[in-house]
Amino acid sequence: MTIDSLLLKPDREVGIAGYGAYVPRYRLPASEVSRVWKEGQEPPPIQEKAVPGLDEDVVTMSIEAARNALKRAAIEPGLIRAVWVGSESHPYAVKPTSTIVAEAIGATPHTQAADWEFACKAGTEAIQAAIGFVGSGMARYALCIGMDSSQAQPGDALEYTTGAGGAAYIIGPREQSLAYIEASYSYVTDTPDFFRRPGQHYPQHGHRFTGEPAYFKHTQTAGQRLMEELGYEAGDYAHAVFHQPNAKFPLKAGQALGFSKEQLKAGLLVPVTGNTYAGSSLLGLTSVLDQATPGDRVLLVSFGSGAGSDAFSLVVTDLIEERRQRAPLTRDYIARKKYIDYAVYTRFKKKLVMH
Amino acid sequence: MRDVSIVGIGQTKVGEHWDKSLRDLAVESLQAAMADAGVEEADALYVGNMLGGQFVGQEHLGTLIADFAGLRGAEAFRVEAACCSGAAALRQGYLAVVSGLHDIVAVSGVEKMTDALGCVTAAGLAMAADGDYEASQGLSLVAIHALLMRRYMYEHGAVNADFAMFAVNAHRNAVGNPYAMFRRPISKDAFEKARMIADPINLLDSAPVADGAATLVLCPTERAHEFNEQPIRVAASAVATDSVALHDRRDPLFLESAYLSAQRAYQQAGVSPDDIDVLELHDAFTIMSALSLEACGFAERGEGYKLGQNGNISIEGPTPICTMGGLKARGNPVGATGVYQVVEVVEQLRGQAGPNQVQSPRLGMAQNIGGSGATAITHILQVQRT
Repeated sequence: MTIDSLLLKPDREVGIAGYGAYVPRYRLPASEVSRVWKEGQEPPPIQEKAVPGLDEDVVTMSIEAARNALKRAAIEPGLIRAVWVGSESHPYAVKPTSTIVAEAIGATPHTQAADWEFACKAGTEAIQAAIGFVGSGMARYALCIGMDSSQAQPGDALEYTTGAGGAAYIIGPREQSLAYIEASYSYVTDTPDFFRRPGQHYPQHGHRFTGEPAYFKHTQTAGQRLMEELGYEAGDYAHAVFHQPNAKFPLKAGQALGFSKEQLKAGLLVPVTGNTYAGSSLLGLTSVLDQATPGDRVLLVSFGSGAGSDAFSLVVTDLIEERRQRAPLTRDYIARKKYIDYAVYTRFKKKLVMH
Repeated sequence: MRDVSIVGIGQTKVGEHWDKSLRDLAVESLQAAMADAGVEEADALYVGNMLGGQFVGQEHLGTLIADFAGLRGAEAFRVEAACCSGAAALRQGYLAVVSGLHDIVAVSGVEKMTDALGCVTAAGLAMAADGDYEASQGLSLVAIHALLMRRYMYEHGAVNADFAMFAVNAHRNAVGNPYAMFRRPISKDAFEKARMIADPINLLDSAPVADGAATLVLCPTERAHEFNEQPIRVAASAVATDSVALHDRRDPLFLESAYLSAQRAYQQAGVSPDDIDVLELHDAFTIMSALSLEACGFAERGEGYKLGQNGNISIEGPTPICTMGGLKARGNPVGATGVYQVVEVVEQLRGQAGPNQVQSPRLGMAQNIGGSGATAITHILQVQRT
């Protein structure tokens, strides 16, 4: 027996009934990292990154993003039958983030809740599952969140880009959607490019190994395959969003698949937010949805180390224009900022060990 | 003592081989060389490798590779001389044949560097320097060469841009070499804008870390025609040493080991620098190109960098160097490099260098250097007189 089709398509068509972004207000200029660690000699790879405040974490940020999604979907939270949060920085190793979020937004108790994990694609894989959950008729709505407050070893190159933020998506029936999902596809291999063992505070990464055999292999294959199976080319898309660990990778990945800088522009936020890990491609998508017009086709390709990519082909509907006004736009969160220096950053990110 | 010839060559592409292990690379090149020589067995295998233990946790490479290449039972062991481990393995192979002890000898150089993180690679390469007096004081190999380059520039009035042509020439030639790592040209402008690694050494002064393996098959010259229509004679093989530590050199700006090794080789072959048609020198850093040209008698003291101008070192010029990309653009899988250099000289002498063919070469020279000039091993190869 073989697979009939590589495309993942549910029996009933589904889409995004509501979406919501969240980016915390504090910003660490990348030049600060260079100043402290490289005497300012190293040119920073991005402009600045978002940093959560002292009383923010994946739970609080997810709740705010979820509330934004609910405003746009305009549904009773009790209709949400799954609350799924994907992150690399869940506040607890054992105790789900999802139940706290579910309760805070009023989705409990008749709901599925679970935390998801697959490095930076923990959010999009929740969406893959939600497509099935809703598409099968098991539930009318499912809430999926990709959110992170990422950490890097002080002095490591990653410290320039480890940002915080993410987005929430309510998956619902196509008729209720501001963008419907044509099909999706996932491509996965066992590739240990980036990992963290239990008890380790900071992750380890394989330097150049994280590039070609990890990020590029998986994003290229997933994006290429999805488009081929659907019979589309880059020219059929108004926008494309890729996982954004830095500014170079998504541009290179997109251009290799035939996308122009114009098509990649709306969804490219990493220069001003940093890499929001499980929130990265999903936040890029909120920015695209904030600007898209009905009929626009959008490609979304996430990447999670370990490794794999989820790819989605979406088409924006007539409902977008009215729905998006109901909650803050991604650019509103990006514009809302307060700069901090490296010293305050170490305090906020709890890098100073105190006894 | 017998005469020795090269009757088989094999090489892998040089690059970041995420999907190939050290033994995969070595066996691939060895099988290619043995096929080129039309042999299925060898009396001995000498494997040049610098950091197998450090980078991939594997020592005992001679035996391991012999086994996996189908040569179980043959004499085999690893040879190490830091960055000139490849040429040292060839020296060992040469001795085995010239002495009359063995007839068919394979010499492989292999290095697998890209599975290690940058800090591990740098620490490993620093073991080519003096551990107690250089490396432990914080001097990496690039830092040591930076000191050399800075002093050279001061004493001879050279500037950074004067070294550009060594890198430009190497890249230009790599375009025509299907086994090279960087098959794209670079401009003088790009060289001048390249970021500093250890001032005055910039990114384009430096040969890249890489994975690769190359192999030669040697036999007595009298039997060479049994194996290859175009055997290439080893006219000279010479090793010379200096101090490992840069600060112990009589004159740090003169590569005494390269000079002695070259002189011994010229004497053995009965030739002079003017007779050399192709030179594969050790361009781990552009400063080494300049210093090697001076030590080997191709340029006067302090003038080596000037040879880079006016096309002198290009394939069409009077002193073609790095004709298949050199360490800079073909790549520098450290322990394999010395064997790649000789493979490339053989390609030139056989007329198999494709778009990079030097016109009718008769004599080629390969010089592999360990550390900052501590060990130098020179081989001179000659087209077989028919």
